[in-house]
Amino acid sequence: MNVPYDKSMSVSLLTDMLRIRRMEEKSAELYGAEKIRGFLHLYIGEEAVAVGALRALAAEDNIVATYREHGHALVRGVSMNAIMAEMFGKRDGCSHGHGGSMHIFDRATHFFGGNAIVGGGLPLTVGLALADKMQHIPRVNACFFGEGAVAEGAFHESMNLAALWQLPVLFLCENNFYAMGTALARSESQTDLCIKAASYNMPTTKADGMDVVAVHEATRLAAQHVRDGMGPFFVEFQTYRFRPHSMFDPDLYRDKAEIDEWKKRGPIHTFSARLKAESKLTETEFLEIDAKVNREVQAAVAFAEASEWEPLEALTRDVYSPELRP
Amino acid sequence: MKMSYREAMRQAMREALMADPRVFLMGEDVGKYGGTYAVSKGFIEEFGPDRIRDTPLSELGFVGAGIGAALGGMRPIVEIMTINFSLLALDQIVNTAATLRHMSGGQFNVPIVIRMATGAGRQVAAQHSHSLEGWYAHIPGIKVLAPATVADAYGMLAPALADPDPVIIFEHAQLYNLEADIDLQACDIRSAAVRRQGADVTLITYGGSLPKTLQAAEQLAAEGIDAEVVDLRILRPLDTETLLDSVRKTHRAVVVDEGWKTGSLSAEIMASIMENAFYDLDAPLARVCSAEVPVPYARHMEEAALPQARTIAAAAKQLIGKP
Repeated sequence: MNVPYDKSMSVSLLTDMLRIRRMEEKSAELYGAEKIRGFLHLYIGEEAVAVGALRALAAEDNIVATYREHGHALVRGVSMNAIMAEMFGKRDGCSHGHGGSMHIFDRATHFFGGNAIVGGGLPLTVGLALADKMQHIPRVNACFFGEGAVAEGAFHESMNLAALWQLPVLFLCENNFYAMGTALARSESQTDLCIKAASYNMPTTKADGMDVVAVHEATRLAAQHVRDGMGPFFVEFQTYRFRPHSMFDPDLYRDKAEIDEWKKRGPIHTFSARLKAESKLTETEFLEIDAKVNREVQAAVAFAEASEWEPLEALTRDVYSPELRP
Repeated sequence: MKMSYREAMRQAMREALMADPRVFLMGEDVGKYGGTYAVSKGFIEEFGPDRIRDTPLSELGFVGAGIGAALGGMRPIVEIMTINFSLLALDQIVNTAATLRHMSGGQFNVPIVIRMATGAGRQVAAQHSHSLEGWYAHIPGIKVLAPATVADAYGMLAPALADPDPVIIFEHAQLYNLEADIDLQACDIRSAAVRRQGADVTLITYGGSLPKTLQAAEQLAAEGIDAEVVDLRILRPLDTETLLDSVRKTHRAVVVDEGWKTGSLSAEIMASIMENAFYDLDAPLARVCSAEVPVPYARHMEEAALPQARTIAAAAKQLIGKP
C-alpha cells in the first residue's frame, strides 16, 4: 500500500519520529555523563506509535501518558528545550525540575503527564472524559499505556466506567510485549488484548505499531468514533522497544535474535525506505532532515545546560495552591 | 436550626449542588439507594442521575475519575462508602491527587472533595472499623478534615469545595445521629477549636472521639478537675498553635485518638508538643488510643479496644496525680 499522505505530511511524520529518536539517543548519552539522573525509560523503536497516534488527534484533545513519555510530549508540542531541561532537573523544565523524565506535564498542550504508576493514568482519563461529557465539550481524551497495565485493576475499572457511561475516551495500548522484564504470555491468561477489551462492550482494533501510517489511520478512525459521541474505543499497537526497560535493565530476559528481528521493522528506516520508493524523499533530503533534528537536539542540550537550578525556596511551593483568603 | 449531623451534611451538599453546576456527587449507592448512611437521600430525584452518579464497586476507578473530572473543570464530591474501602483507592489519592500539583511544577491542581465514613463502635468487626485518618494526614498535598460537630458537618463542605486542592472529609459513623441547634454558616478549615475551656489539663482529640472526650471532661469536673478540650478539626495541615496555646495554659495534655498508637497521628501531636512546648509541661504527655488489635466484634471486647470516656478521664487523673 502506498503512503496515503502527500510529501509534506509524510516528511513531517518522519521528522517527528527522528526528533524522538535523536533526542533519546542524546538522553542516553547524557545519562552516562550523569547530566540526567533517576530513571530514564527510552522509547526508541516505538516512535511510530506516539507520532502516528498524536498526529491524528486535535490540539484541544486531552492526552495522558506513561513514564515512557518524552516522545509523546515532544510530538504533542512541548518544546525539546523544556523536555531536556526537565530531564536535567532545571528550572526551565516544563515541571521546573520537580518531575523529571517520568513526569513531563504541559497545560498549554493539554498534556496531563507523565504518570509513573502503571495504569495510574487510566482512571484520570476517564474523569477528564466525564468532565467533558458533563460540560458538553466534544473532545477526545486519549490515554497511552503499555500492555503491562492491562493486568492492573485500574485498567479494568477504567474500561468498565468508560463503556458504562459512554465516555469520550480513546484507550491507546502500546503493546511492546514486555512489562519491564515479564513477557505478556508469562503474565496474562488471555494474550489477545482486544478480546479482553471487547468484553467491556467496547469497539477495538489492532494496528501495526511499527508502521506510522497504520497507527495514524487506526487512531484517526477510532478518534472520530469517540469525537462523534459514540463512546470509548480501544486500540492496540503492537510494537517493540529496542533498548532495555530503563538504564538499569541488563535486558537478560529477551533473545538478541528477537531484538534483531524487530529492529528489521524499525519504524524510521522502513518508513523512509517507503517514502524513497514512492519518490517522496531523497537520501539528501533525509540527511538534511537528520542534520536539522540534530541541531535541535544540540540546542536543547545547550538550553538545559544554561538553565538555572530552581532556587531551594521553591521546594515547598506548589504542595498546595496559594491560599485564597477573602 | 436543630438538625442531625447527617442532615447537616446533606443540607450542605444540597446547597452546593444547587449553587454550582460544576458540583456533582459520585460513589457507591449514593443515588437509587439514597446513600449508605442516607446522607444523599432523595438527591437522585432532585438532581438527576447525571449529577448523583451511582458507581460500580470500583473505588480506585471512580476516585481516579473524580480526580480527572476535577482536572477537567468539575467540582466532584466523591463518596467512598467507608474508610475501609478507601484502601482500594489509596493509589489514586496518594500517587495522583496529592502529587499532581507539585510534580507538574504547579501547572495542575486537583479541586476534589472525597468524603467517607470512618471509625468503629458499631460491632461491625475488624474490616469495617478502621480509623486510618492518621495515614491520610501523613500525606503532603492533601487536606484532611474531621468534622466532629453538627455545625462542622454543615460548615466544612463549602470551603472544602472552594479549595483548589484535594480535601478529604472523614465523617465518623457514630456521629451521624448527633443532634444540635446550629446556624447554617460556612466555617474555616484552617484552625482547631477549643470545645471546652479548662485550666488543669488539655484533652486533645478529633472526630468520633470528641463526644467521649467531652463526657470525660464532665466526669473530671465532677471530681474537681477542670479539663480543656481541643478539637483538632483539621488533621492536615495541623493547627499546632491552638494546641500549644492550650498546653502552655494547662501544662498537661492527654491525646485521645481512635487510631492505633504506633506510628500514629497521636504520636505526631505529642512530638509536636515536645518540640515546641517541652518546658511548659508539668507532666509527661499521655494518650488514650485504640488497643493494638484488629477491632473485634463482641460488644464487650470492642468497647475494651476503643477509647472510652472512663479511660480518658482515668488517663487525665493519673497525669494530675489524683487517684
